[in-house]
Parts: sequence; C-alpha cells; structure tokens
Amino acid sequence: MKDVILELDSISKSFDGKKILNNMNLEIKRNEFITLLGPSGCGKSTTLRIIGGFEKPDEGRVLFEGKDITGLSPDKRNVNTVFQKYSLFPHMNVEENIAFGLKLKKKSAQYIKDKVAYALKLVNMDGYGKRKPTSLSGGQQQRVAIARAIVNEPEILLLDEPLGALDLKLRHGMQRELIKIKKEVGITFVYVTHDQEEALTMSDRIIVMNKGIIQQMGTSKSIYDEPQNAFVADFIGDSNIIDGIMREDCLVEIQNVPILCVDTGFGKDEPVDVVIRPEDLVIVGENEGFLSGRVISIIFKGAYYEIKVQVGDYDWSVQSVNPAPIGDMVGLTILPDNIQIMHKPHSKDAEVIKEDE
Amino acid sequence: MNKLKSVNPRSWLSSPYVLWVIGFTLIPMIVIFRYALTGRDGGFTLDNILAIADPIHMKAMIFSLEIALGCTFVCILLSYPLVMALRRLNMGKQGFMIFVLILPMWMNFILRILAWQMILSSNGILNFLLQKVGIEPLAIANTGTAIMIGVVYDYLPFMVLPIFNAISEIDEDIIEAAKDLGAGSLTIFRKIIFPLSVPGLLSGIVMVFVPSMTSFVISDILGGGKLQLIGNIIEQEFTKSVNWNLGSGLSVSLMIFVLISMAFTTKNEVEGKGSAIW
Repeated sequence: MKDVILELDSISKSFDGKKILNNMNLEIKRNEFITLLGPSGCGKSTTLRIIGGFEKPDEGRVLFEGKDITGLSPDKRNVNTVFQKYSLFPHMNVEENIAFGLKLKKKSAQYIKDKVAYALKLVNMDGYGKRKPTSLSGGQQQRVAIARAIVNEPEILLLDEPLGALDLKLRHGMQRELIKIKKEVGITFVYVTHDQEEALTMSDRIIVMNKGIIQQMGTSKSIYDEPQNAFVADFIGDSNIIDGIMREDCLVEIQNVPILCVDTGFGKDEPVDVVIRPEDLVIVGENEGFLSGRVISIIFKGAYYEIKVQVGDYDWSVQSVNPAPIGDMVGLTILPDNIQIMHKPHSKDAEVIKEDE
Repeated sequence: MNKLKSVNPRSWLSSPYVLWVIGFTLIPMIVIFRYALTGRDGGFTLDNILAIADPIHMKAMIFSLEIALGCTFVCILLSYPLVMALRRLNMGKQGFMIFVLILPMWMNFILRILAWQMILSSNGILNFLLQKVGIEPLAIANTGTAIMIGVVYDYLPFMVLPIFNAISEIDEDIIEAAKDLGAGSLTIFRKIIFPLSVPGLLSGIVMVFVPSMTSFVISDILGGGKLQLIGNIIEQEFTKSVNWNLGSGLSVSLMIFVLISMAFTTKNEVEGKGSAIW
C-alpha cells in the first residue's frame, strides 16, 4: 500500500447556489504527479484552491497525512502554489521574490542565499537574480514562480494551469522541465490543466473531472485506451462517439450494422455509447468494410490526413496516412478490440460536452 | 515643405490650453516675480524674498509647516484603514463608499469650514453634546486643533483616493501568493500592500501637503484670525497693507520652499505614477 499524503473526504462546494464540487473523494499519494483535467468550470481549480486553503469546502474534510487541515489558512499549510498568472511581487527583484517565503520562516541569511542560488539553477535562471519580474518574459516569470514555491520545500506543490499563458513551443519545453524538476526535488505535484495532451504527457495519474464530479481516474494510458464514459472519451483526444445497441456479448450494432467487439457484461439490447478513435479506423474499398460512405472532407495535418466520411447521418472522423479524394465512396473497418463500449450516462452530469472552449 | 511636415495639423486644438497657461499661469507668475524683485520705489531688491526670515514671518512659516505635516500625517493614518476596509467590499459598495467620501466636496468649501466653526465654537454643537453626556466643554475653537480638524476634513479625500487607486490595482493573486508563502495579514500589508501603494501615497502627500501648507481661509475662519499661517500673512500684505511687493516676495519664498520639499518627496520615485502630479 502506498503512502497517502493528502485525502479529500466528501468535499462539496457551491458558489452563488451553483454546485461546483459534488461529494468529491480523492487520495493523493506521496511523490505522485497527479493531474486534475477537465473543461473550464469543472471544479478542478476549486479543488486545488481547497487543497491550498484559499477556499473552505461547504462540506467534507481535507486530511494531510491523516490530520484534518480543513480550517487551516494557506500560510499554515506545508503546501505551495504556482499560479497561472505567475503572481510575482512586482516591487521585488527575482531573488527577493524567491527568498520571500524563507525570510518569513526566519531562515539564516546564508541558508537563504544558498537556497535561492540552487532554485535559480534548478529552473535555469542563473544570473537573473537582480532583475525585476516586469523585465522578464512570460516563460521566465513562470520559472521564477516555480522557484519561489519550491525553495520552501513544500510537501505538495500545487500548479494551477501554470503553462496556460505560454505559447505552444515554450509550453512543450516547460513540460519537460517540470518533469525534470519534479524528479530532482521529489515532491508531490498536483497539476491542474484543461489541456489533455499536457495531462497525458506529464502525469503519473490523471483525474478527469466534469461538473464537479470525477469522471475517471487512472494512468494516462488507461484513460486514453479505456475511457469509462463518453465524456472522458470525447475530452481525451479526438473520438467518434455514436449510439449503439449491444445485441449480445461481443456484438454491437452501430448504424444498423452488427460489428464484433470484445466487450461483455452488458444487458441484451442495451443502448450504449460506442467510442472509436479516428486513428483506429481504416479506410478500405467501398464494399470491404463494415460501413461504407462518402468522403466529404480531407485536411492534411502533417503526419496524417484527417478525413471525414459520411455514413448515414453521422460523419466519421478518420486519421489516415493515405489521402482519399473527396466524393469517393469508401469502406471503413476496425479491429474488434479498438471498439470501446460504454454505458449511457445515468445523469446529465456525465453527458458529453462539445468542444466549444 | 519641411515646415509643413513638422507641424501637426491638429496641434491648433491645443491653442485654448496654451492661451490658458499663458494667461493664467505664466503671466501671473511673471507679475508676481516682478513685484517680488522690486521695492516700492521700483528698484531691484531681494529684500521682499528675504523677508521670510523676519521673526513674524518665520513663526507663521513654521506654524504652516506644522499644520501641513500634521495634516498629511493624520490623513495618511486615516486613509490606510479606510482603504483596507474598502478593499474588502464588493464593487457596488465600494462605489457607494467613495461617493459618500467625495460627496462633501460638491459643496462649497467656505460653507463646509463655516459648518466646522459652528460645530467647534465654545457654545457650539460639539460642546452641547458633550454637556449632554456630562463631559466638560472643550475649548477647541480658535486653536491650532481647530485649524487641523479643518484641513484634515478638507483634504482627506485627496489622500484616500490616490491610495485607494493604487491598492485596488493590486491583483488578488499576488495577495494569495503571499499568503501561500506563509505571510499573515500584517506581513501582507507591510511587505506587499504598503510598498505597492507608495505611488498613490506620494501623490496623496503632494495633494494634501501643498494646499494645507498654503491655505489661509481655513485658518482665518477656524483660527479666529489670531493664529496666522504664512498664507494669512501673504493675504494681508495684498489686501490690508496693500504691499504687493512684500506679498509677492513671501509667495515666491513659500513657492520655493514647497517645490524643494516636494522634490524630496518624489525624488526616490523612478517609475511611479505619483509624479504625474508635477
């Protein structure tokens, strides 16, 4: 059994009568890189703020190493936060920013000096100690913010969309660096993002949230390969999500076509959601696949073509290394174990939201 | 061609302001300096400017300085708690409180001071109320205290507003970051809020110190004509003694003093907004 450092026990939180978190339970293990992933308004930031002590839950408890810290203010928690907007103190230079927490802890001048130097090195900001935050780029400011949090040797580092304001290339660089920093300092990271790629790249474990409810938790691979409901499937990567009917074990009917799959344990003729990843569909000759339809669009994406194939009233999204001319009739086929069958959601909460962000 | 290029065709829009500055700042200044540097006989002299060293004038100058420094200090002390309380309010309530704060400024300045005279006079409202609760009446009227109350009342909004502006610009995230790093409320005020409010504080000081240093109506009404600020002496030279040369000379000395003290106040401020007052 792994060591649990933080536990959220039945946390609920509402703002202006709107329920943001609904009976949330979560255990965070020591030295884990855990990511809270979900669309805006899903409650991921609120969860982080409750762990940081900036919000008090309406119900439930926050346990740190088994001790109840629900009522403790942020300055009394051994947890530090890296904010999305960096939030460096504009009237202090980089060194003073980083030393802020240590000075409050009344550490010796020599200790502070060494720690600041170490932290600057860790985030690759040697030589920037005397600069003012306003003279730094966004990426540099975020490095300073990370250094400022880490010097305090928190048990848990909370990161609230720390790379959200950076451009794509810088973001990728910083992702690698964060993993490196995490390895070096060996503390628990709780990371919040709405970027599924970022979550998949960095995390030991991902918590997918929507409308204040945990939809699924697991490793990157298990979340990507075996989404438990249509929301998760839709949110993590591109997916074709379509209504189906489970005729019997290992046989699902999509668009009136029975197709072999590997899923069992559903009721006979139970309506289900079927998820098929675009990269798992294969384009074949018109009558060679289980479905056939017309190519209605094709976009070159670099490593592959993104092709839309209209079958009945559904446009299938297909990723293929070979192009297919618009207007052609083609067939679509798929291996049985690449089909994901999911129960229909019981409540509206788990319903698929469209990517309108 | 070159000449046409260098003249912005819209620059004529500024002509009313240029005329304003020439007519109401530049020319009066020249006139004042001319009077200050000439004697009654019309010859050049520095006597009028150096007359500030005269014991009576010096006494008034020091009293003015006391009032101005005291007023500035009291305004600062009153402003921070008020601004910190305002900060916690939501936008609507904030707007209302600011409205209440500046509401008296819409009324005539003399009227407000006359009202204070009524309140503070020996058989005025304050003493009436004190007697009702069985406290000895206070002799505030015609004292330095009365003048101080008057200037503080009058200039407090000029301290509160710039400080409030500076503090309300501080991002809530920065406060949270400080809390996150272990700072309690007092530390947050000392290390974050106060330093970031300094530009506002400096404009507040300029806007309170200068007018309270040079005021004369407040001391006239609330000081009962017995206590003289340097402003009162200058006023009397112009009106009662009709010695415009001496009045101008003292004005110039006062102006130089104010400019020097303000230069000290804003000297350390490099990127601040407070110096925009200049």
